[in-house]
Amino acid sequence: MTTLEQAIDFSQHRSPVSRILGSQIFWVFAAAVLACLALTLLTDSFATQRNLFNVTRNFAFVGLIAIGMTTVIASGGIDLSVGSTVVLAAMVISVLMSTGYPFWISAVAALAAAAAVGWLNGLLIAYVGMPPFVVTLGMLSAARSLAMVLSNNKMIWEFGPDHDLLLWVGGGSTLGLPHPIYVLVFLAALMSVVYRWTRWGQYVFAIGGNEQAATLTGIPVKRIKVSIYVFSALTAGVAGILMAGWLGSVTTNLGQAMELTVIAAAVIGGANLAGGQGTALGAVIGALLIEVIRNSLILLGISTFWQGMFIGCFIIIAVAFDRIRNLSSSD
Amino acid sequence: MSRLRLTGISKSFGAIQALSDVSLEVAPGEVLGLMGDNGAGKSTLVKIVAGNFRPTHGSISIDGDTVDFHKPRDAQRQGIEVVYQDLALCDNLSAASNVFLGREPRRRVAGFRFLDYSTMHRRSAELFAILKSETRPRDLVRRMSGGQRQAVAIARTLLSNAKIVLMDEPTAAISVRQVSEVLDLIHRLSDQGISVVLISHRMPDVFAVCSHIAVLRRGELVASKLAKDSSPEEVTGLITGAIETA
Ligand SMILES: Nc1ncnc2c1ncn2[C@@H]1O[C@H](COP(=O)(O)OP(=O)(O)OP(=O)(O)O)[C@@H](O)[C@H]1O
Ligand SMILES: [Mg+2]
Repeated sequence: MTTLEQAIDFSQHRSPVSRILGSQIFWVFAAAVLACLALTLLTDSFATQRNLFNVTRNFAFVGLIAIGMTTVIASGGIDLSVGSTVVLAAMVISVLMSTGYPFWISAVAALAAAAAVGWLNGLLIAYVGMPPFVVTLGMLSAARSLAMVLSNNKMIWEFGPDHDLLLWVGGGSTLGLPHPIYVLVFLAALMSVVYRWTRWGQYVFAIGGNEQAATLTGIPVKRIKVSIYVFSALTAGVAGILMAGWLGSVTTNLGQAMELTVIAAAVIGGANLAGGQGTALGAVIGALLIEVIRNSLILLGISTFWQGMFIGCFIIIAVAFDRIRNLSSSD
Repeated sequence: MSRLRLTGISKSFGAIQALSDVSLEVAPGEVLGLMGDNGAGKSTLVKIVAGNFRPTHGSISIDGDTVDFHKPRDAQRQGIEVVYQDLALCDNLSAASNVFLGREPRRRVAGFRFLDYSTMHRRSAELFAILKSETRPRDLVRRMSGGQRQAVAIARTLLSNAKIVLMDEPTAAISVRQVSEVLDLIHRLSDQGISVVLISHRMPDVFAVCSHIAVLRRGELVASKLAKDSSPEEVTGLITGAIETA
C-alpha cells in the first residue's frame, strides 16, 4: 500500500480512542461504573459481598435473554414472547422434576418447549410473513397460558430427587461467582465470535440491514429467521431453568413483563430497533446498567416506583445518543 | 449454440401479467440491450434468469441444457451473475462483506469454519482496482457515494467466472466518467466471451456497447434485432408503442 493510500486510510478510519469515545457501549458502561462508585460511597450496603452477588446474578438473567433479543433486533425483528418462554421453560422443568424425572431430562424437555415456541414464532414470521410484533405478542399470551395449564396455576417448590441439583445449578456459586454469570460470560463470548466470524452471524446482520438484498443474493433468509427466533427462545429457556433453581420455587407470574426489561437492555446496549446493529457485549452492559439502577433505588431508599422512570430515561437517552452520533459522523 | 435461451417465458403476479411468452437468445460474448418502459417487465425477466422467481410458463436453457432455478444459488452455479436495479446492498455491512454476501470464503480453525476476512478484503480490493473505483473494502456501504455503491454491486459479478452477467440499470446513479468505466468493463467482459444483458433507459449507453437490442412492452417482446440494423428513434418508437413491432 502506498503512503498516500495509507494517509487516506488513516484519515478515514478513526483512531482507537475516538472509536471508543464514539461507542454507546463505552458510555453505558461508564454510567454503570459511575453509579457503582457513587453507591459504594453513599451506602455501606452496596459493596457488600451479599449485595454484589445478588446484583451479578440478577443481571445475568436479563443479560442472557438480552443477547437473544439483540440477535432478533439485529435481524430487524422483535420478540415479545421471551418473558412467557421463561415461565414456560421453568414450569416444564419443575413439573417434570416434581413428578420424579431427573434434572437433565427435565432440562432438555424445558429447552425443547422453549425451542418449540421460538420455532413457531419463526415459522409464522418467516414463512407466513406475519409481522414479528403481532406473532410474538400472541405467543406472549399463549405461552404463559400454557404454563398455567401445565402447573394448574399452582406454585411448585419441590423438585423431586434432583431438587438440590437444580438449586445448585441456578442459585449456587463456584469460586465466588454465581453460576448464571458463567453462563452469561460464555454466551456473550460465544455470540461475539458468532456475530463477527460466522456466516450465520453475517446473515443475521445482512437480513437486518436489507432483507430484500439478502433474499436476492441467495441467503436462506427464511431458515435463518427461524433459527434466530429459536435462539432467542432458547436463551429465555436457559434463563427460565436457572431462575427456577435460583428462586427455589416457580409461580406462573415468573418473567412477567421481563420482555420490556430485556428489550430495554438490548436497546441501551446499542441494538438498533431498525435492524442491522447490536453487539453481545452491549446487551450484557445494558442489562448491567438496568440492574445497577434497580439496585441503587432500593439501597438509597427511593421508592421502586421510580425505577420505570429511570429505565425509560436511559432508553431515550441511549437512542438520542445514537441519533447524535449518526449526525456527527455524517458530516 | 446460444449461451442463454429463453423459450416462451411468462410470469404473472396474481392478476398482473408481468411477462407473456417471451423468447430470447443470447450468444456467447454478445451484449444485449434490453429496453422498455417502466413496468415493462425487464427486472422481472432478470429475476427469473437469476433464480429469484420461477417463471409461470416457459423454460430457460444455458449452453443447450435446460435449467430450472429454484434459488439464486442455482443460477450462480450456472455462471449467472446479476447487478440488481436497487443494487441489493446492505448498508450496515462493509464493502467487502457486500461483495461476498451469500458466498463468503471460510477458513477452518480448530474444526470450526470462520469467515476469511483477509481473503475477502484482498479480493475485493483487487476487484475495485479493476473497476478503477476508489472504494475501500472495509468501509461501510452506508457512508458510500452512489458510484462506490455501484462499484460494490458490479464487483460481485466479477467474483466467479461468470458466463452471463445481467445488469439492471447499472449506470443509473453514476457520473459520466464512471459510466464510461462501466461501459469499458462491459466491452472487456464481452471480449472474454461473457454474455451481458444490459438494462438501461439511457439510449446512448445502449447503442455504445450493445450488439443486439431487445424491447419489451407491457410484458411482451416486441423487437429483438441487431443494434446496427436499428436506431435510437426506432427503439424509442418501439418502447412507447408508436411502432408496433420490428
Ligand atoms: N414481486 C412482485 N409482486 C407483484 N408484482 C410485481 C412484482 N415484481 C414486479 N411486479 C409487477 O410486474 C410488472 C413489471 O415490473 P418490472 O419491475 O419487471 O418492470 P421494469 O421493466 O423493470 O420497470 P422499471 O424500468 O421501472 O424498472 C409491474 O407491473 C410490477 O408492478
Ligand atoms: Mg426494473
